[in-house]
Amino acid sequence: MGIDYNDVGLQVGLEIHQQLDTSSKLFCSCPTKLFEGPDEELAKVERYLRIGRSETGEVDPAALYEYMKGKKIIYLAPKGHVCTVELDEEPPHELNKEALSVALGISLGFKSKIVDEVYVMRKIVVDGSNTTGFQRTAIIALGGELFDEEGTVRIQTICLEEDAARRVRDLDGSAVYNLDRLGIPLIEISTAPDIRSPEQTLRVASRIGLMLRLTGKVKRGIGTIRQDINVSIKGGSKVEIKGVQNLEIIDKVVEYEVMRQLTLLRLRDEILSRGISRDDIEDKFLDVTEVFKESKSRLIVNNLREGNKVYACVLKGFKGLLKVEVQPGRRFGTELADYAREWGGVSGIIHTDELPGYGISVDEVKRLYSLLGADEGRDAVVMVIGPEGKCTRSLNAVVSRVKEAFIGVPKETRVANDDGTTRYMRPQPGAARMYPETDIPPVRIDENLIREAMKYVPRDPNAVYEELLTKYSLSHELSKQLLRSPYMLYFFDLVKEFSDDVVTPQYIASLLTIHLKGLKSEGIPIENITFDVIKYVLSMLRSGSLSKDGVIEVLREYASDPKKSINDLAKRYVKKDLDEVTRVISKIVESNRDELIKKKDRAFNIVMGLAMKDLRGKVDGKVVADLVRKLLDELLR
Amino acid sequence: MKPGDLIRIVKDGHVVEGVLMPLTELSSKNDIVVVKLANGYNVGVSLTNAYVEVVKEGYIEMGVSERRSASTYVTGQTGKLISVVSTGGTIVSKVEYETGAVKPALTADDLIDFVPELKEMGSIEVIDLYRILSENMTPDHWASISRVVGEKIVSGVDGIIVAHGTDTLSYTSSALAFALMNLPQPIVLVGSQRSSDRPSSDSALNLLASIVVALNAPFGEVVAAMHGSVSDNYILVHRGVKVRKMHSSRRDAFQTVNDVPLAKVVFPDKRLVMISTKYLCRNKKENLIIMPNFEKKVAIVKAYPGLSSEIIDFLVDKKFKGIVIEGTGLGHVNDLCIPSIRRAAEEGVVVAMATQTIFGRVNMNVYTTGRRLLMAGVIPAADMLAETTYVKLSWLLANFNDLSDVKKLLTRNLVHEINDAHEEYLYPRWYHGDRL
Ligand SMILES: [Zn+2]
Repeated sequence: MGIDYNDVGLQVGLEIHQQLDTSSKLFCSCPTKLFEGPDEELAKVERYLRIGRSETGEVDPAALYEYMKGKKIIYLAPKGHVCTVELDEEPPHELNKEALSVALGISLGFKSKIVDEVYVMRKIVVDGSNTTGFQRTAIIALGGELFDEEGTVRIQTICLEEDAARRVRDLDGSAVYNLDRLGIPLIEISTAPDIRSPEQTLRVASRIGLMLRLTGKVKRGIGTIRQDINVSIKGGSKVEIKGVQNLEIIDKVVEYEVMRQLTLLRLRDEILSRGISRDDIEDKFLDVTEVFKESKSRLIVNNLREGNKVYACVLKGFKGLLKVEVQPGRRFGTELADYAREWGGVSGIIHTDELPGYGISVDEVKRLYSLLGADEGRDAVVMVIGPEGKCTRSLNAVVSRVKEAFIGVPKETRVANDDGTTRYMRPQPGAARMYPETDIPPVRIDENLIREAMKYVPRDPNAVYEELLTKYSLSHELSKQLLRSPYMLYFFDLVKEFSDDVVTPQYIASLLTIHLKGLKSEGIPIENITFDVIKYVLSMLRSGSLSKDGVIEVLREYASDPKKSINDLAKRYVKKDLDEVTRVISKIVESNRDELIKKKDRAFNIVMGLAMKDLRGKVDGKVVADLVRKLLDELLR
Repeated sequence: MKPGDLIRIVKDGHVVEGVLMPLTELSSKNDIVVVKLANGYNVGVSLTNAYVEVVKEGYIEMGVSERRSASTYVTGQTGKLISVVSTGGTIVSKVEYETGAVKPALTADDLIDFVPELKEMGSIEVIDLYRILSENMTPDHWASISRVVGEKIVSGVDGIIVAHGTDTLSYTSSALAFALMNLPQPIVLVGSQRSSDRPSSDSALNLLASIVVALNAPFGEVVAAMHGSVSDNYILVHRGVKVRKMHSSRRDAFQTVNDVPLAKVVFPDKRLVMISTKYLCRNKKENLIIMPNFEKKVAIVKAYPGLSSEIIDFLVDKKFKGIVIEGTGLGHVNDLCIPSIRRAAEEGVVVAMATQTIFGRVNMNVYTTGRRLLMAGVIPAADMLAETTYVKLSWLLANFNDLSDVKKLLTRNLVHEINDAHEEYLYPRWYHGDRL
């Protein structure tokens, strides 16, 4: 498509949230480990949040009030992971000093100016992800900068805050949260909107991530780092995209958001050129169930059987606009459906730009238009199915979104899909509602804390890169891969233990990058592989008890079932000596002698296949191949 | 430079600009200033080696004038009139986002702002009586709350709510229960364990439930309406003389001890469900008795190993008129104290015995010590909570001149403060290794 990002005036700011690997949570002594296992039987707590009507800031207060009213939130409290602090049944304890030290160390690494006394604030968050209705957060440092080839990116703030509860599912319209994650320390690094392209976004996010990993005190794995991206273009709006967990799609997210804003601006121009005005869009909703009395549409039949109704609303002059694609696979109609879902709780909308469809006939569409007194050639109709209340709320939301289309890009908080597209999440809060957390005393940053923090200051990534190239003679490619790897820090500890001809730095680096990635791409849960396990298999490799292939096999089996004993696994793959391997191959060659002579060209593959069945992981494949070739040569000569 | 000014601090080449905030009680005092940045965060900056300038004086207004009026009123959507007597506590507090100050919100408008549904239930009148933390309540406060509530009943309002801090809420509920008898309607005390400036506050549900009870309950008793569980699913209605704060922070801290709660209000439909069948029905208004006096010279003494008789002697010397001993077990105190207790009784001090086990009943006939204490003149307080015994004794001493009346009435069941039958299920279950 070739967007000129300079031309459209792209400005991107990043907020990187990374979980810290501390022994306890930020404001209580619960561990920072997530609960694993079935959660159906866990203790449940049900709550409602509310906020004074005059305290909602710039968001339409009535709307926010309605949004929160009657929204039940269900919290799960797994034993051993959650105490009365997370349940908001006990005041918070003092700020975790370990987490504070790590945050201070990181701030020093970004040359950020550390505040002299830390004040914890309450930031109002009403989606239920915090039992209190606010997130506790504190600025640790201000300013700082990050070098990038497209231009230096300023750091605005570095905050230490509590992670939110983990949304695990929805139940009858209520959000269900597991409280195990609530209170895990997070560091938040916010950049100024100095980023100018999708590629630069990716580079800056990667570099911040690398620096965080270099402290050695951050968590690894899915969900432990989340990036919020603020994207704006000239004439558009600053849109917040929350919680991008996968770094690799971050450039796509920016690209698609620019695409969406540009499309919405074009859509606005089209709407205005059609001569429609905001007042033409009426919040008049009609029960049109009778149109579908005889319907063949399974969707409609099933719903009517449950006693649901079909409600419709006319979008005057909008014919054809709902099928305009705003992002790959997402149309303007999809944007409207997001609103209907979020505010009214229906499962989606049906609109005339996609009809006939869903088993709805041409005739039904005609009768729909005529019942509504709408013009089939000019107008669009949006329908929702459900009980009356839900339908009205949904259509209300649709109408208010359509009215925004006359202005352009609404200020929204959106959430990223796996493919880099985004969907509507909630209206953007006005200026963050913040007030002091009076339950937690301020913390004076003194020399002792700074001394403690020095342990966690990340090294300069460029110096680390240099060291990999020169001291450890890794290739550029391998060095880059290692720096991207979540296991990077293992390397430095492992090369200290092993530096011999068998377990070379190159081997350790490729094990931590290429081989582990290979296992991951097979779907093996490599997060089960701990430092100690890697150290153990490497020592087996050094002593000659395991082959290099054996190392991979043991890791594969262990990761798939970490309850297995690593000793037993290693024994199972114990390296065979050359005589034994020769015996095995000779036997195969002997017993298949005739066939091999007949199928001369494929002989090698046949013998390799049979041999590896027996020898996989017990000797390196290369050794087997060499022997097979040698023995076959003798046979076929 | 004063709080509310927009200031700029230049230090080590960095610039910090924001609004000067007042220091908190726990801020470093010597060199720190607290600055609110444009993004809403507060940070503490040391002024050592810093250059400071005031950019704009009085950028925001600090410590907004506290309008105080005796009572405020909002018209509701039904013909009912509900009086909320506010005495303080966190159930009615509001935060000012600009300054972070938490101020008591004591107008009807503030209440409606926080709980708009209140309007659907009736007109709300808020009487701004006190703004004190409940640990600072005294028997004098009980007396004037009783008078104000008594006047409201006589003037004929449909519902009466008393908003109160939770720490000593059960003392005040007991006091009202004795000071106002033959009630034509319930009097509902309500508090909150999470202050109302938090989105997760329990105060909205507690308030809504207390109005449901005040308007619709069949009983004429003083009760406390507080969360029944840590979920927002029902509010328990406890008899004021049997309720106790059993936890320092949980929202279901209030529990009925040695009896069952009177009722619950189930949410979200605000349905009143009776739990107890034993209650005092709403009486005729003309039968109302108001005796709002309390004696201040009453003390609670907790028995413990090593308790010295000097403490009892001291109280007698200081002319205390009543002593409640929170005894061990069935109602005991070490032998060495018995002579002092005997002297107290002989000098006209009423000495009552409750138990520090909280659950169960005093029985002083079982062991020698108990029998000797009885002989010394101690009055066993049956299954009354020590706190209730203390309030009851204070009330009796202030309203009855004849000591034999005081002693007789102390053990007589006046408003269900005594429960003669403890069924097995009245004792709570704790975690014993069962699956959670
Ligand atoms: Zn905890």
